[in-house]
Amino acid sequence: MAQSVTLPSEQQYNYEVIRKFTIMAVVWGVIGMCVGLYIALELAFPHLNLDLPWLTFGRLRPVHTTLVIFGFGGSVLFATSYYVVQRTCQARLAFPLLAEFTFWGWTAGVGLGALSYMAGITQGREYAEFEWPLDIAITLVWVSYLSIYVATLLRRNQPHIYVANWFYLAFILTVAILHIFNNLAVPVSLTKSYSLFSGVQDAMTQWWYGHNAVGFFLTAAFLGMMYYFVPKQAGRPIYSYRLSIIHFWALIFLYMWAGGHHLHWTALPDWVSTLSATFSILLLLPSWGGMINGIMTLSGAWDKLRSDPIMLFLITSLSFYGMSTFEGPLMSLKSVNALSHYTDWTIGHVHSGALGWVALVSFGSIYHLFPRLFNTRLYSQTLIYVHFWLATIGIVLYITAMWVAGIGQGLMLRGFDQYGNLAYTFTETVEFLHTPYVWRAIGGAFFVVGVFVMVYNLVMTLVAARREEAALQAKLAAKLARA
Amino acid sequence: MYYDWLMWFTRMENSKPLALVLFFSAFCAIVLYVYTGRRRGERLESYKYIPFQDEADTPDSHFRKVTDDERENN
Repeated sequence: MAQSVTLPSEQQYNYEVIRKFTIMAVVWGVIGMCVGLYIALELAFPHLNLDLPWLTFGRLRPVHTTLVIFGFGGSVLFATSYYVVQRTCQARLAFPLLAEFTFWGWTAGVGLGALSYMAGITQGREYAEFEWPLDIAITLVWVSYLSIYVATLLRRNQPHIYVANWFYLAFILTVAILHIFNNLAVPVSLTKSYSLFSGVQDAMTQWWYGHNAVGFFLTAAFLGMMYYFVPKQAGRPIYSYRLSIIHFWALIFLYMWAGGHHLHWTALPDWVSTLSATFSILLLLPSWGGMINGIMTLSGAWDKLRSDPIMLFLITSLSFYGMSTFEGPLMSLKSVNALSHYTDWTIGHVHSGALGWVALVSFGSIYHLFPRLFNTRLYSQTLIYVHFWLATIGIVLYITAMWVAGIGQGLMLRGFDQYGNLAYTFTETVEFLHTPYVWRAIGGAFFVVGVFVMVYNLVMTLVAARREEAALQAKLAAKLARA
Repeated sequence: MYYDWLMWFTRMENSKPLALVLFFSAFCAIVLYVYTGRRRGERLESYKYIPFQDEADTPDSHFRKVTDDERENN
Protein backbone atom coordinates (compact mmCIF):
# COMPACT_ATOMS: atom_id res chain seq x y z
CA MET A 1 0.00 0.00 0.00
CA ALA A 2 1.37 3.39 -0.92
CA GLN A 3 2.17 5.72 1.93
CA SER A 4 0.47 9.07 1.95
CA VAL A 5 2.64 11.83 0.56
CA THR A 6 2.73 14.76 2.94
CA LEU A 7 6.20 16.32 2.72
CA PRO A 8 6.90 19.01 0.11
CA SER A 9 8.62 17.55 -2.97
CA GLU A 10 11.86 19.40 -2.20
CA GLN A 11 12.20 17.66 1.18
CA GLN A 12 10.83 14.31 0.13
CA TYR A 13 13.05 13.88 -2.92
CA ASN A 14 16.71 14.59 -3.71
CA TYR A 15 16.64 17.26 -6.42
CA GLU A 16 20.20 18.55 -6.03
CA VAL A 17 21.87 16.02 -8.30
CA ILE A 18 18.98 16.24 -10.79
CA ARG A 19 19.44 20.02 -11.07
CA LYS A 20 23.14 19.55 -11.79
CA PHE A 21 22.53 16.90 -14.46
CA THR A 22 19.78 19.00 -16.07
CA ILE A 23 22.02 22.06 -16.33
CA MET A 24 24.95 20.03 -17.66
CA ALA A 25 22.64 18.37 -20.21
CA VAL A 26 21.86 21.82 -21.59
CA VAL A 27 25.56 22.83 -21.54
CA TRP A 28 26.66 19.64 -23.37
CA GLY A 29 23.73 20.03 -25.76
CA VAL A 30 24.81 23.55 -26.74
CA ILE A 31 28.49 22.61 -27.21
CA GLY A 32 27.79 19.28 -28.94
CA MET A 33 25.23 20.71 -31.34
CA CYS A 34 27.45 23.71 -32.18
CA VAL A 35 30.28 21.27 -32.99
CA GLY A 36 27.80 19.30 -35.13
CA LEU A 37 26.90 22.45 -37.05
CA TYR A 38 30.58 23.30 -37.52
CA ILE A 39 31.44 19.88 -38.97
CA ALA A 40 28.34 20.04 -41.21
CA LEU A 41 29.76 23.31 -42.55
CA GLU A 42 33.19 21.67 -42.90
CA LEU A 43 31.69 19.01 -45.17
CA ALA A 44 30.09 21.70 -47.33
CA PHE A 45 33.09 24.07 -47.18
CA PRO A 46 36.22 21.97 -46.44
CA HIS A 47 38.54 24.98 -46.01
CA LEU A 48 36.89 25.47 -42.60
CA ASN A 49 39.33 22.77 -41.41
CA LEU A 50 41.76 25.73 -41.22
CA ASP A 51 44.55 23.16 -41.71
CA LEU A 52 44.50 22.51 -37.96
CA PRO A 53 44.57 18.79 -37.07
CA TRP A 54 42.31 19.19 -34.00
CA LEU A 55 39.64 20.94 -36.08
CA THR A 56 39.46 18.32 -38.82
CA PHE A 57 36.19 16.44 -39.42
CA GLY A 58 37.79 13.15 -38.35
CA ARG A 59 38.58 14.46 -34.86
CA LEU A 60 35.54 16.69 -34.33
CA ARG A 61 32.97 14.11 -35.44
CA PRO A 62 33.43 11.87 -32.35
CA VAL A 63 33.47 15.06 -30.23
CA HIS A 64 30.02 15.88 -31.66
CA THR A 65 28.58 12.37 -31.25
CA THR A 66 30.01 11.94 -27.74
CA LEU A 67 28.80 15.32 -26.50
CA VAL A 68 25.27 14.96 -27.88
CA ILE A 69 24.75 11.25 -27.10
CA PHE A 70 26.63 10.83 -23.82
CA GLY A 71 26.89 14.46 -22.72
CA PHE A 72 23.42 15.76 -23.56
CA GLY A 73 21.49 12.46 -23.83
CA GLY A 74 23.32 10.78 -20.95
CA SER A 75 22.89 13.74 -18.58
CA VAL A 76 19.19 14.03 -19.46
CA LEU A 77 18.80 10.31 -18.73
CA PHE A 78 20.60 10.56 -15.39
CA ALA A 79 18.44 13.56 -14.45
CA THR A 80 15.11 12.13 -15.54
CA SER A 81 15.78 8.62 -14.24
CA TYR A 82 16.72 9.97 -10.79
CA TYR A 83 13.56 12.11 -10.90
CA VAL A 84 11.22 9.37 -12.16
CA VAL A 85 12.49 6.62 -9.86
CA GLN A 86 12.01 8.83 -6.80
CA ARG A 87 8.57 10.06 -7.75
CA THR A 88 7.12 6.76 -8.96
CA CYS A 89 8.55 4.88 -5.96
CA GLN A 90 7.72 7.76 -3.60
CA ALA A 91 11.12 7.22 -2.05
CA ARG A 92 14.19 9.41 -1.68
CA LEU A 93 17.19 8.62 -3.88
CA ALA A 94 19.54 6.09 -2.26
CA PHE A 95 23.23 6.84 -1.64
CA PRO A 96 23.30 10.66 -2.11
CA LEU A 97 27.12 10.83 -2.10
CA LEU A 98 27.35 8.13 -4.74
CA ALA A 99 24.79 10.08 -6.78
CA GLU A 100 27.10 13.12 -6.57
CA PHE A 101 29.95 10.87 -7.71
CA THR A 102 27.92 9.78 -10.78
CA PHE A 103 27.47 13.45 -11.70
CA TRP A 104 31.11 14.47 -11.38
CA GLY A 105 32.39 11.17 -12.81
CA TRP A 106 30.12 11.29 -15.85
CA THR A 107 30.72 14.97 -16.52
CA ALA A 108 34.51 14.61 -16.22
CA GLY A 109 34.46 11.46 -18.38
CA VAL A 110 32.54 13.13 -21.19
CA GLY A 111 34.70 16.28 -21.04
CA LEU A 112 38.02 14.42 -20.99
CA GLY A 113 36.78 12.11 -23.77
CA ALA A 114 36.01 15.06 -26.03
CA LEU A 115 39.43 16.63 -25.35
CA SER A 116 41.20 13.31 -25.98
CA TYR A 117 39.52 12.97 -29.41
CA MET A 118 40.70 16.44 -30.40
CA ALA A 119 44.20 15.35 -29.42
CA GLY A 120 43.83 12.31 -31.69
CA ILE A 121 43.51 9.74 -28.88
CA THR A 122 40.79 7.28 -29.85
CA GLN A 123 39.96 3.58 -30.02
CA GLY A 124 38.49 4.13 -33.48
CA ARG A 125 35.27 2.32 -32.53
CA GLU A 126 32.17 4.29 -33.44
CA TYR A 127 30.32 5.66 -30.37
CA ALA A 128 32.94 3.88 -28.21
CA GLU A 129 35.99 6.00 -28.96
CA PHE A 130 37.06 6.43 -25.31
CA GLU A 131 40.49 4.90 -24.63
CA TRP A 132 40.80 2.29 -21.89
CA PRO A 133 41.45 4.54 -18.80
CA LEU A 134 38.23 6.46 -19.50
CA ASP A 135 36.39 3.19 -20.21
CA ILE A 136 37.31 1.93 -16.74
CA ALA A 137 36.30 5.24 -15.11
CA ILE A 138 32.94 5.14 -16.92
CA THR A 139 32.39 1.55 -15.77
CA LEU A 140 32.82 2.68 -12.14
CA VAL A 141 30.30 5.49 -12.65
CA TRP A 142 27.87 3.11 -14.31
CA VAL A 143 28.07 0.49 -11.56
CA SER A 144 27.40 3.28 -9.03
CA TYR A 145 24.41 4.39 -11.12
CA LEU A 146 23.01 0.84 -11.13
CA SER A 147 23.51 0.53 -7.35
CA ILE A 148 21.69 3.82 -6.70
CA TYR A 149 18.84 2.91 -9.01
CA VAL A 150 18.31 -0.60 -7.64
CA ALA A 151 18.63 0.55 -4.01
CA THR A 152 16.03 3.28 -4.62
CA LEU A 153 13.68 0.73 -6.19
CA LEU A 154 14.17 -1.53 -3.17
CA ARG A 155 13.15 1.22 -0.74
CA ARG A 156 10.00 2.12 -2.73
CA ASN A 157 6.68 2.83 -1.05
CA GLN A 158 4.76 1.47 -4.02
CA PRO A 159 4.22 -2.29 -4.27
CA HIS A 160 4.46 -2.10 -8.07
CA ILE A 161 7.44 -0.83 -10.05
CA TYR A 162 6.05 1.60 -12.65
CA VAL A 163 6.85 0.65 -16.26
CA ALA A 164 9.09 3.70 -16.88
CA ASN A 165 11.53 2.19 -14.37
CA TRP A 166 11.58 -1.10 -16.28
CA PHE A 167 12.82 0.75 -19.35
CA TYR A 168 15.41 2.72 -17.36
CA LEU A 169 16.66 -0.41 -15.60
CA ALA A 170 16.91 -2.37 -18.87
CA PHE A 171 18.92 0.55 -20.28
CA ILE A 172 21.32 0.65 -17.31
CA LEU A 173 21.90 -3.12 -17.27
CA THR A 174 22.29 -3.52 -21.02
CA VAL A 175 24.59 -0.53 -21.47
CA ALA A 176 26.83 -1.99 -18.75
CA ILE A 177 27.12 -5.28 -20.63
CA LEU A 178 27.61 -3.60 -24.01
CA HIS A 179 30.25 -1.20 -22.68
CA ILE A 180 32.30 -3.88 -20.97
CA PHE A 181 32.32 -6.44 -23.79
CA ASN A 182 32.83 -4.02 -26.67
CA ASN A 183 35.73 -2.34 -24.88
CA LEU A 184 37.69 -5.49 -24.00
CA ALA A 185 41.17 -4.51 -25.12
CA VAL A 186 44.88 -4.97 -24.52
CA PRO A 187 46.46 -1.68 -23.40
CA VAL A 188 49.94 -0.95 -24.72
CA SER A 189 50.27 2.51 -23.18
CA LEU A 190 48.16 4.99 -21.24
CA THR A 191 46.65 6.32 -24.46
CA LYS A 192 46.66 3.29 -26.77
CA SER A 193 45.05 -0.15 -26.72
CA TYR A 194 44.15 -2.88 -29.19
CA SER A 195 40.79 -4.63 -29.30
CA LEU A 196 40.61 -8.18 -28.00
CA PHE A 197 38.65 -9.13 -31.11
CA SER A 198 39.80 -9.12 -34.71
CA GLY A 199 38.40 -9.30 -38.22
CA VAL A 200 34.72 -9.96 -38.67
CA GLN A 201 34.28 -10.87 -34.97
CA ASP A 202 35.52 -7.38 -34.13
CA ALA A 203 33.05 -5.82 -36.57
CA MET A 204 30.21 -7.95 -35.22
CA THR A 205 31.02 -7.04 -31.60
CA GLN A 206 31.26 -3.36 -32.50
CA TRP A 207 27.84 -3.34 -34.24
CA TRP A 208 26.23 -5.50 -31.58
CA TYR A 209 27.34 -2.66 -29.30
CA GLY A 210 26.56 0.13 -31.77
CA HIS A 211 23.03 -0.91 -32.60
CA ASN A 212 22.14 -1.71 -29.01
CA ALA A 213 23.57 1.64 -27.94
CA VAL A 214 20.84 3.04 -30.20
CA GLY A 215 18.34 0.47 -28.93
CA PHE A 216 18.91 0.83 -25.22
CA PHE A 217 20.65 4.18 -24.68
CA LEU A 218 18.71 6.19 -27.27
CA THR A 219 15.45 4.23 -27.37
CA ALA A 220 14.57 2.16 -24.28
CA ALA A 221 15.76 4.81 -21.83
CA PHE A 222 13.95 7.63 -23.64
CA LEU A 223 10.83 5.46 -23.74
CA GLY A 224 11.10 5.32 -19.96
CA MET A 225 11.14 9.11 -20.06
CA MET A 226 8.12 9.10 -22.38
CA TYR A 227 6.11 6.77 -20.09
CA TYR A 228 6.46 9.25 -17.24
CA PHE A 229 6.54 12.72 -18.81
CA VAL A 230 3.81 12.28 -21.47
CA PRO A 231 1.16 11.24 -18.91
CA LYS A 232 2.34 13.85 -16.39
CA GLN A 233 2.33 16.70 -18.87
CA ALA A 234 -0.99 15.57 -20.36
CA GLY A 235 -2.51 15.19 -16.89
CA ARG A 236 -3.93 11.81 -17.86
CA PRO A 237 -2.60 8.26 -17.50
CA ILE A 238 -0.90 6.33 -20.27
CA TYR A 239 -3.36 4.93 -22.83
CA SER A 240 -2.84 1.24 -21.98
CA TYR A 241 -0.64 -0.11 -19.21
CA ARG A 242 -1.01 -3.64 -20.57
CA LEU A 243 0.27 -2.50 -23.96
CA SER A 244 3.28 -0.96 -22.20
CA ILE A 245 4.12 -4.38 -20.73
CA ILE A 246 4.00 -6.07 -24.15
CA HIS A 247 5.94 -3.11 -25.58
CA PHE A 248 8.71 -3.53 -23.01
CA TRP A 249 9.26 -7.28 -23.34
CA ALA A 250 9.02 -7.34 -27.12
CA LEU A 251 11.34 -4.36 -27.54
CA ILE A 252 14.11 -5.50 -25.22
CA PHE A 253 14.05 -9.03 -26.62
CA LEU A 254 14.09 -8.06 -30.30
CA TYR A 255 16.63 -5.22 -30.22
CA MET A 256 19.50 -7.40 -29.05
CA TRP A 257 19.57 -9.41 -32.31
CA ALA A 258 19.42 -6.62 -34.88
CA GLY A 259 23.02 -5.29 -34.87
CA GLY A 260 24.16 -7.45 -37.80
CA HIS A 261 22.13 -5.34 -40.24
CA HIS A 262 24.96 -2.76 -40.07
CA LEU A 263 27.18 -5.32 -41.80
CA HIS A 264 25.13 -6.47 -44.80
CA TRP A 265 27.21 -7.47 -47.84
CA THR A 266 30.40 -7.88 -45.80
CA ALA A 267 32.38 -10.90 -44.55
CA LEU A 268 29.63 -11.49 -41.98
CA PRO A 269 27.95 -14.90 -42.54
CA ASP A 270 24.82 -14.51 -44.66
CA TRP A 271 22.56 -16.21 -42.11
CA VAL A 272 23.58 -13.67 -39.42
CA SER A 273 22.77 -10.88 -41.84
CA THR A 274 19.34 -12.38 -42.62
CA LEU A 275 18.62 -13.06 -38.94
CA SER A 276 19.35 -9.45 -37.99
CA ALA A 277 17.22 -8.11 -40.86
CA THR A 278 14.35 -10.36 -39.72
CA PHE A 279 14.56 -9.08 -36.16
CA SER A 280 14.77 -5.52 -37.45
CA ILE A 281 11.47 -5.99 -39.33
CA LEU A 282 9.87 -7.55 -36.24
CA LEU A 283 11.00 -4.50 -34.22
CA LEU A 284 8.47 -2.40 -36.10
CA LEU A 285 5.68 -3.96 -34.02
CA PRO A 286 6.83 -2.99 -30.50
CA SER A 287 8.15 0.33 -31.76
CA TRP A 288 4.82 1.35 -33.23
CA GLY A 289 2.96 -0.21 -30.29
CA GLY A 290 4.88 2.13 -27.98
CA MET A 291 4.37 5.11 -30.23
CA ILE A 292 0.61 4.48 -30.41
CA ASN A 293 0.48 4.02 -26.64
CA GLY A 294 2.19 7.38 -26.12
CA ILE A 295 0.21 9.35 -28.70
CA MET A 296 -3.15 7.83 -27.72
CA THR A 297 -2.58 9.07 -24.17
CA LEU A 298 -3.91 12.34 -25.55
CA SER A 299 -7.07 10.60 -26.82
CA GLY A 300 -9.98 12.84 -25.89
CA ALA A 301 -7.69 15.75 -25.07
CA TRP A 302 -6.16 16.62 -28.42
CA ASP A 303 -6.83 20.30 -27.71
CA LYS A 304 -3.75 20.24 -25.45
CA LEU A 305 -1.68 20.30 -28.64
CA ARG A 306 -3.10 23.77 -29.33
CA SER A 307 -2.57 25.12 -25.84
CA ASP A 308 0.54 23.38 -24.48
CA PRO A 309 3.87 23.73 -26.37
CA ILE A 310 5.56 21.16 -24.08
CA MET A 311 2.94 18.63 -25.20
CA LEU A 312 3.78 19.56 -28.79
CA PHE A 313 7.42 18.64 -28.17
CA LEU A 314 6.49 15.31 -26.58
CA ILE A 315 3.91 14.20 -29.16
CA THR A 316 5.99 15.36 -32.13
CA SER A 317 8.93 13.39 -30.73
CA LEU A 318 6.73 10.29 -30.75
CA SER A 319 5.78 10.97 -34.37
CA PHE A 320 9.46 11.17 -35.32
CA TYR A 321 10.04 7.99 -33.29
CA GLY A 322 7.38 6.26 -35.38
CA MET A 323 8.88 7.59 -38.59
CA SER A 324 12.46 6.62 -37.84
CA THR A 325 11.46 3.18 -36.54
CA PHE A 326 9.70 2.61 -39.87
CA GLU A 327 12.70 3.83 -41.83
CA GLY A 328 15.14 1.66 -39.81
CA PRO A 329 13.56 -1.72 -40.65
CA LEU A 330 13.19 -0.56 -44.26
CA MET A 331 16.92 0.20 -44.44
CA SER A 332 17.77 -3.13 -42.79
CA LEU A 333 16.44 -5.03 -45.82
CA LYS A 334 19.44 -6.25 -47.76
CA SER A 335 18.21 -4.89 -51.09
CA VAL A 336 17.49 -1.41 -49.69
CA ASN A 337 20.74 -1.50 -47.69
CA ALA A 338 22.72 -2.17 -50.87
CA LEU A 339 21.66 1.32 -51.95
CA SER A 340 21.53 3.13 -48.62
CA HIS A 341 24.67 1.86 -46.88
CA TYR A 342 27.81 4.01 -47.08
CA THR A 343 25.64 6.98 -48.09
CA ASP A 344 24.19 10.00 -46.27
CA TRP A 345 20.78 8.33 -46.07
CA THR A 346 22.16 6.62 -42.95
CA ILE A 347 23.17 10.00 -41.48
CA GLY A 348 19.67 11.33 -42.22
CA HIS A 349 18.07 8.29 -40.56
CA VAL A 350 20.22 8.65 -37.45
CA HIS A 351 19.33 12.33 -37.15
CA SER A 352 15.59 11.81 -37.64
CA GLY A 353 15.84 9.58 -34.57
CA ALA A 354 18.41 11.64 -32.67
CA LEU A 355 16.95 15.09 -33.31
CA GLY A 356 13.31 14.17 -33.90
CA TRP A 357 12.88 11.60 -31.16
CA VAL A 358 15.69 11.87 -28.60
CA ALA A 359 16.23 15.64 -28.59
CA LEU A 360 12.55 16.63 -28.81
CA VAL A 361 11.43 14.27 -26.01
CA SER A 362 14.39 15.56 -23.96
CA PHE A 363 13.47 19.21 -24.55
CA GLY A 364 9.84 18.48 -23.58
CA SER A 365 11.02 16.72 -20.42
CA ILE A 366 13.47 19.51 -19.54
CA TYR A 367 10.70 22.12 -19.91
CA HIS A 368 8.51 19.96 -17.65
CA LEU A 369 11.31 19.43 -15.11
CA PHE A 370 12.84 22.87 -14.88
CA PRO A 371 10.08 24.78 -13.06
CA ARG A 372 9.56 21.85 -10.69
CA LEU A 373 13.25 21.51 -9.87
CA PHE A 374 13.66 25.23 -9.18
CA ASN A 375 10.19 25.77 -7.74
CA THR A 376 9.22 28.48 -10.20
CA ARG A 377 7.39 29.08 -13.49
CA LEU A 378 8.88 29.08 -16.98
CA TYR A 379 9.82 32.56 -18.18
CA SER A 380 8.04 32.42 -21.55
CA GLN A 381 5.62 30.03 -23.19
CA THR A 382 5.94 31.89 -26.49
CA LEU A 383 9.67 31.11 -26.58
CA ILE A 384 8.86 27.40 -26.20
CA TYR A 385 6.70 27.67 -29.33
CA VAL A 386 9.55 29.51 -31.11
CA HIS A 387 11.96 26.74 -30.06
CA PHE A 388 9.54 24.05 -31.21
CA TRP A 389 9.12 25.47 -34.71
CA LEU A 390 12.82 26.22 -35.17
CA ALA A 391 13.64 22.64 -34.12
CA THR A 392 10.95 21.04 -36.29
CA ILE A 393 11.82 23.07 -39.40
CA GLY A 394 15.51 22.32 -38.79
CA ILE A 395 14.89 18.56 -38.54
CA VAL A 396 12.75 18.46 -41.68
CA LEU A 397 15.37 20.41 -43.66
CA TYR A 398 18.13 18.17 -42.31
CA ILE A 399 16.55 14.81 -43.07
CA THR A 400 15.17 15.88 -46.46
CA ALA A 401 18.63 17.09 -47.50
CA MET A 402 20.12 13.78 -46.38
CA TRP A 403 17.50 11.75 -48.27
CA VAL A 404 18.38 13.63 -51.44
CA ALA A 405 22.11 13.30 -50.73
CA GLY A 406 22.00 9.62 -49.75
CA ILE A 407 19.65 8.28 -52.42
CA GLY A 408 21.38 10.36 -55.11
CA GLN A 409 24.80 9.24 -53.91
CA GLY A 410 23.69 5.59 -53.75
CA LEU A 411 22.26 5.69 -57.27
CA MET A 412 25.42 7.36 -58.64
CA LEU A 413 27.74 4.84 -56.96
CA ARG A 414 25.69 1.98 -58.47
CA GLY A 415 25.30 3.53 -61.93
CA PHE A 416 26.82 1.63 -64.86
CA ASP A 417 27.14 2.59 -68.51
CA GLN A 418 26.31 0.31 -71.44
CA TYR A 419 29.76 -1.30 -71.25
CA GLY A 420 29.50 -2.18 -67.58
CA ASN A 421 31.86 0.57 -66.42
CA LEU A 422 30.98 2.86 -63.49
CA ALA A 423 28.91 5.74 -64.87
CA TYR A 424 30.24 8.30 -62.38
CA THR A 425 33.60 8.97 -60.80
CA PHE A 426 33.82 9.30 -57.01
CA THR A 427 34.64 13.01 -57.45
CA GLU A 428 31.36 13.53 -59.33
CA THR A 429 29.42 12.07 -56.36
CA VAL A 430 31.25 14.47 -54.03
CA GLU A 431 30.36 17.43 -56.26
CA PHE A 432 26.72 16.30 -56.25
CA LEU A 433 26.70 16.27 -52.45
CA HIS A 434 27.68 19.93 -52.04
CA THR A 435 24.15 21.41 -52.36
CA PRO A 436 22.41 18.93 -49.99
CA TYR A 437 25.29 19.47 -47.53
CA VAL A 438 24.64 23.21 -47.53
CA TRP A 439 20.91 22.57 -46.89
CA ARG A 440 21.81 20.15 -44.10
CA ALA A 441 23.92 22.85 -42.46
CA ILE A 442 21.01 25.32 -42.76
CA GLY A 443 18.70 22.76 -41.11
CA GLY A 444 21.27 22.22 -38.37
CA ALA A 445 21.55 25.99 -37.86
CA PHE A 446 17.77 26.24 -37.33
CA PHE A 447 18.02 23.50 -34.71
CA VAL A 448 20.96 25.13 -32.92
CA VAL A 449 19.25 28.55 -32.88
CA GLY A 450 16.24 26.81 -31.29
CA VAL A 451 18.51 25.43 -28.56
CA PHE A 452 19.84 28.92 -27.86
CA VAL A 453 16.25 30.14 -27.52
CA MET A 454 15.70 27.39 -24.94
CA VAL A 455 18.86 28.37 -23.07
CA TYR A 456 17.70 32.01 -22.94
CA ASN A 457 14.28 30.92 -21.68
CA LEU A 458 15.78 28.69 -18.98
CA VAL A 459 18.31 31.32 -17.85
CA MET A 460 15.58 33.96 -17.63
CA THR A 461 13.46 31.46 -15.67
CA LEU A 462 16.26 31.15 -13.11
CA VAL A 463 16.80 34.91 -12.98
CA ALA A 464 13.07 35.52 -12.45
CA ALA A 465 12.98 32.82 -9.77
CA ARG A 466 15.85 34.49 -7.90
CA ARG A 467 14.15 37.90 -8.13
CA GLU A 468 10.89 36.44 -6.79
CA GLU A 469 12.80 34.73 -3.99
CA ALA A 470 14.65 37.95 -3.09
CA ALA A 471 11.39 39.95 -3.13
CA LEU A 472 9.76 37.37 -0.87
CA GLN A 473 12.69 37.43 1.55
CA ALA A 474 12.58 41.24 1.66
CA LYS A 475 8.84 41.16 2.33
CA LEU A 476 9.31 38.64 5.14
CA ALA A 477 12.15 40.67 6.64
CA ALA A 478 9.99 43.83 6.55
CA LYS A 479 7.11 42.00 8.24
CA LEU A 480 9.41 40.63 10.94
CA ALA A 481 10.89 44.09 11.50
CA ARG A 482 7.38 45.58 11.94
CA ALA A 483 6.45 42.78 14.35
CA MET B 1 29.49 -40.67 -24.11
CA TYR B 2 27.26 -39.67 -21.23
CA TYR B 3 26.85 -36.08 -22.51
CA ASP B 4 26.42 -36.93 -26.19
CA TRP B 5 22.82 -35.76 -26.14
CA LEU B 6 24.09 -32.22 -25.61
CA MET B 7 25.54 -32.34 -29.11
CA TRP B 8 21.97 -32.26 -30.42
CA PHE B 9 21.78 -28.58 -29.40
CA THR B 10 24.94 -27.68 -31.32
CA ARG B 11 23.32 -28.45 -34.66
CA MET B 12 21.69 -25.36 -36.15
CA GLU B 13 18.78 -27.33 -37.66
CA ASN B 14 17.85 -28.34 -34.08
CA SER B 15 18.72 -25.27 -32.05
CA LYS B 16 17.01 -22.74 -34.33
CA PRO B 17 13.49 -24.28 -34.22
CA LEU B 18 13.96 -24.98 -30.50
CA ALA B 19 14.82 -21.32 -29.88
CA LEU B 20 11.81 -20.31 -31.98
CA VAL B 21 9.46 -22.54 -29.96
CA LEU B 22 10.85 -21.30 -26.62
CA PHE B 23 10.78 -17.60 -27.44
CA PHE B 24 7.45 -17.68 -29.25
CA SER B 25 5.90 -19.62 -26.35
CA ALA B 26 7.29 -17.06 -23.89
CA PHE B 27 5.84 -14.22 -25.96
CA CYS B 28 2.41 -15.96 -26.18
CA ALA B 29 2.50 -16.59 -22.43
CA ILE B 30 3.17 -12.89 -21.72
CA VAL B 31 0.37 -11.80 -24.08
CA LEU B 32 -2.06 -14.31 -22.55
CA TYR B 33 -1.08 -13.28 -19.02
CA VAL B 34 -1.53 -9.59 -19.78
CA TYR B 35 -4.77 -9.76 -21.76
CA THR B 36 -6.73 -12.49 -19.96
CA GLY B 37 -8.53 -12.25 -16.62
CA ARG B 38 -10.79 -9.28 -15.90
CA ARG B 39 -9.44 -8.67 -12.39
CA ARG B 40 -5.84 -9.02 -13.50
CA GLY B 41 -6.54 -6.59 -16.31
CA GLU B 42 -8.04 -4.08 -13.87
CA ARG B 43 -5.09 -4.48 -11.54
CA LEU B 44 -2.53 -3.99 -14.29
CA GLU B 45 -4.37 -0.97 -15.67
CA SER B 46 -4.59 0.55 -12.19
CA TYR B 47 -0.78 0.90 -12.19
CA LYS B 48 -1.04 3.57 -14.86
CA TYR B 49 -2.05 6.05 -12.12
CA ILE B 50 1.24 5.68 -10.20
CA PRO B 51 2.81 8.84 -11.73
CA PHE B 52 -0.07 10.85 -10.25
CA GLN B 53 0.45 9.65 -6.69
CA ASP B 54 3.70 11.55 -6.21
CA GLU B 55 2.27 14.99 -5.43
CA ALA B 56 1.01 16.03 -2.03
CA ASP B 57 -1.77 18.04 -3.65
CA THR B 58 -3.06 15.29 -5.95
CA PRO B 59 -6.52 14.16 -4.92
CA ASP B 60 -6.37 10.42 -4.36
CA SER B 61 -9.95 10.08 -5.52
CA HIS B 62 -8.94 11.07 -9.06
CA PHE B 63 -5.86 8.97 -9.50
CA ARG B 64 -5.31 5.92 -7.43
CA LYS B 65 -4.48 2.27 -7.84
CA VAL B 66 -6.60 -0.72 -6.86
CA THR B 67 -5.33 -2.03 -3.52
CA ASP B 68 -4.99 -5.67 -2.59
CA ASP B 69 -7.84 -5.32 -0.06
CA GLU B 70 -10.18 -3.97 -2.68
CA ARG B 71 -9.33 -6.77 -5.06
CA GLU B 72 -10.13 -9.35 -2.41
CA ASN B 73 -13.45 -7.68 -1.63
CA ASN B 74 -14.44 -7.71 -5.29
